[in-house]
Amino acid sequence: MNIVVCVKQTPASANLPIDLATGRIKTEGLQLGVNPFDEYAIEEALRLKERLPGSSVSVLSFGAAAAEEALRSALALGCDEGILLYDPAFEQSDSLATAHLLCAAVRKLSKAKGAVALVLCGKQTNDGESGQVGAALGAWLDWPAASCVKKIPQADDSKIVVERLMEDGVDTVELPLPAVVSVIKGINEPRLPSLKGKMAAKKAVVARWGQAELAADVSQIGASSASVVVKTAPPETRSAGMTVPGGSPEEKAAFLVQKLKELKFI
Amino acid sequence: MAENPGKGIWCVAELRHGALVPTIFELLSAARSLDQVSKEGVCAVVLGGPGKTAPAAKEIASRGAQRVFVLEHALLDGFLEEAYARALKDLIEREKPSKILLPASVAGRSLAARLAVACRAGLLGDVTAVALDSSGNLEALRPCYGGNLLATVAVRRGLQMATVRPMAFPRAAQASSSGEVVAAPVDPSSWGLRGRFAGFAPEESKEIDLSSAEKIVSGGRGLGSAKGFELIRDLAHALGAAVGASRAVVDSGWIAYRHQVGLTGRAVRPKLYVACGISGQVQHLAGMSSSDVIVAINSDPQCPMMKLANFAVQGDLHQIIPAVVAEIKKQRG
Ligand SMILES: Cc1cc2nc3c(=O)[nH]c(=O)nc-3n(C[C@H](O)[C@H](O)[C@H](O)COP(=O)(O)OP(=O)(O)OC[C@H]3O[C@@H](n4cnc5c(N)ncnc54)[C@H](O)[C@@H]3O)c2cc1C
Repeated sequence: MNIVVCVKQTPASANLPIDLATGRIKTEGLQLGVNPFDEYAIEEALRLKERLPGSSVSVLSFGAAAAEEALRSALALGCDEGILLYDPAFEQSDSLATAHLLCAAVRKLSKAKGAVALVLCGKQTNDGESGQVGAALGAWLDWPAASCVKKIPQADDSKIVVERLMEDGVDTVELPLPAVVSVIKGINEPRLPSLKGKMAAKKAVVARWGQAELAADVSQIGASSASVVVKTAPPETRSAGMTVPGGSPEEKAAFLVQKLKELKFI
Repeated sequence: MAENPGKGIWCVAELRHGALVPTIFELLSAARSLDQVSKEGVCAVVLGGPGKTAPAAKEIASRGAQRVFVLEHALLDGFLEEAYARALKDLIEREKPSKILLPASVAGRSLAARLAVACRAGLLGDVTAVALDSSGNLEALRPCYGGNLLATVAVRRGLQMATVRPMAFPRAAQASSSGEVVAAPVDPSSWGLRGRFAGFAPEESKEIDLSSAEKIVSGGRGLGSAKGFELIRDLAHALGAAVGASRAVVDSGWIAYRHQVGLTGRAVRPKLYVACGISGQVQHLAGMSSSDVIVAINSDPQCPMMKLANFAVQGDLHQIIPAVVAEIKKQRG
C-alpha cells in the first residue's frame, strides 16, 4: 500500500516570543519541529507499513525551505521518502489552498510510483490550529475522509475501518480506499528515531517540488487563497484577579461560594 | 475570481443521534449580529435521518431562524462528511446564501472544509468573533499559536463560511414569532457516495460534554492520585459542571483522554472554569484561558493559574474542595 503522510514544521515551544510592535511571532532563533499531532500520523503510517508487506510511506510537507528538517525527522523514523512543497508562489496559502497543493502532490506521486491508497494527517497543527487540512484534502482529491480518528481497527488493500472520537462517543466509519484520515493524539505511542535512522536521514535526498512540478490551479493557491489574515495581535491579557481571603478552608470556601452566587453560578 | 451574489446567512445545526447540539443557538446569535448590518435574513439547516429532525427544526425556528431547511434521508442518519457536504451543496446551489456558519465541532469542522472546497468558498476556522468588513465581507477573530496570538481573518471571494468555536456566543433566546420549517429535497443519485457510517458507541458515563459546557471543574497533578478525581466529580456535581483534566493526569492514566483540556486536548470556553491542582502551563492555558471566570485552587500562590485566576484560592485542595462542596450544599439548603 502506498501511504502518504502530511507533516508541517511548526514552533516546538508553546511559549512564543511576540513582537509587540508588529503583533507577530518573532521567528528569529525560534525552535521548530514536527507538529506534535503529525507525529501520530507518521507513527500510524509506519505501523500500517509493518502490517501490510510491500507498503511504502512518502512524507509531504508544504512550508519554507527549512521545513526540510521536519521531513528528515520523519525519514529518521523509517519513512521512505520526503518531498518538500516549496515555491514563493505558494506563500499566503490558507488552509484550503494548502490542501490544494497537497492534493496536487498526491496526484503527482500516484502517477510517479503507483496509486496512493491512504493519506494520513494530524488532527490539526499547533500553530494555525484550523483542523481543516485533512478534510479539505479529501475534498480536493474527491476521496472519502474521516477526522479525529482514534483507532484504525481494520485496514487492507481495499478498505479501512476507523473509529472517530466525537463529543458524545465514538463513531465507526468504513472508507473504501483511497481515503484521507486525520488522527488524534492517543491513537498510538510514537517511536523514537534510531541512531541508524538518524544517520540515514542526514544523507537522504529530500525532493523539492515547486509550481513547475505541481502545476496546481493558480486561482486556488498562494495570494489567490479565498481567505486572508488581515492582522495578528497578542490577545488582551486578563486583568489581575483576587486572592480569596480567609484563614481556614471553610472561610475561603464561604467567600468563594458567595462570589459564585453573586455571579449566578449557584 | 468567483463572485458571491448570494443572499442570506445560514446556520448549520448539528443533530447527534437525535439530540440537537445547542451550538446552533450560538450560531443564530452570531448570525443575527451580522444580519443587523447586512439585513439579508437568517436561516438554518438541519440534516438527519427520516423522521428525525422535526422537534429540532421546530425548536430552531422558534429561536430566531426565519426559515429552517430540513434535509432528511437515510444516508444522513449518521454523520458522514461526504454525504452531508453533498446534500448541503445541492441546497446551497438552489437557495444561494451568502454566508454559512457551522459549529467548530469534530463534525462541523470536517463538514465545513469539505463543503468549502466543493463550493469554492472561503472558510475561516474556529472563530470566536464575527463581523463584516467595510466591503461587507465576513471577518472574524481566531486564536492561534496556542492562544499566543489572535488573528483577524477575512474571506475575499466566493461563498463566505466560518466554523464558530462552541461557547463563543450567547445562545439565542425564544423569538417573538416562529420561523417556517421547509422540507428540502434530497437526491443522492449523483453523490457517488463511498464511505459508510457503520455504528456509534455513545459515551457511557452520561457526563456533561466538555466543549459545550457552561461550567467546567478540572483536576491536575495536585490531586495526587486517580482517587483525587472523586473530589473533582463531587464539586462538578454540586455545580452542575463538566469534568476536565490536565495532560499530566491523562498521561498518568487517572482519567480518559476525552477530558483533556489544552493544546493537545479540547479547547473550551465555559462561563466558569475551576482549575484544581493545575499549575497553568501554556499548553493547558491554550485550551481554556478565554473562559469568562476562572477559579484556581492551588497550594502554590505563584503558579501561572493562580496569577491568571479571577479568584485564587490558596490551600490544599483536599481540604478546600470538600469545604466548597459543603458550603454549596448549605447555601442550597
Ligand atoms: C506539545 C505539548 C502539548 C501539551 N498539551 C497539553 C494539553 O493539551 N493540556 C495540558 O494540560 N497540558 C499539555 N501539555 C503539558 C503541560 O506542559 C504540563 O505538563 C501540564 O499541563 C501540567 O499538568 P498539571 O498542571 O496537572 O501538573 P503540574 O504542572 O505538575 O502542576 C500541579 C499543580 O498542582 C499543585 N498542587 C500540588 N499539590 C496540591 C495540593 N495538595 N493542593 C492544591 N494544589 C496542589 C501544584 O502547586 C501545581 O501547581 C503539553 C505539553 C507539550 C510539550
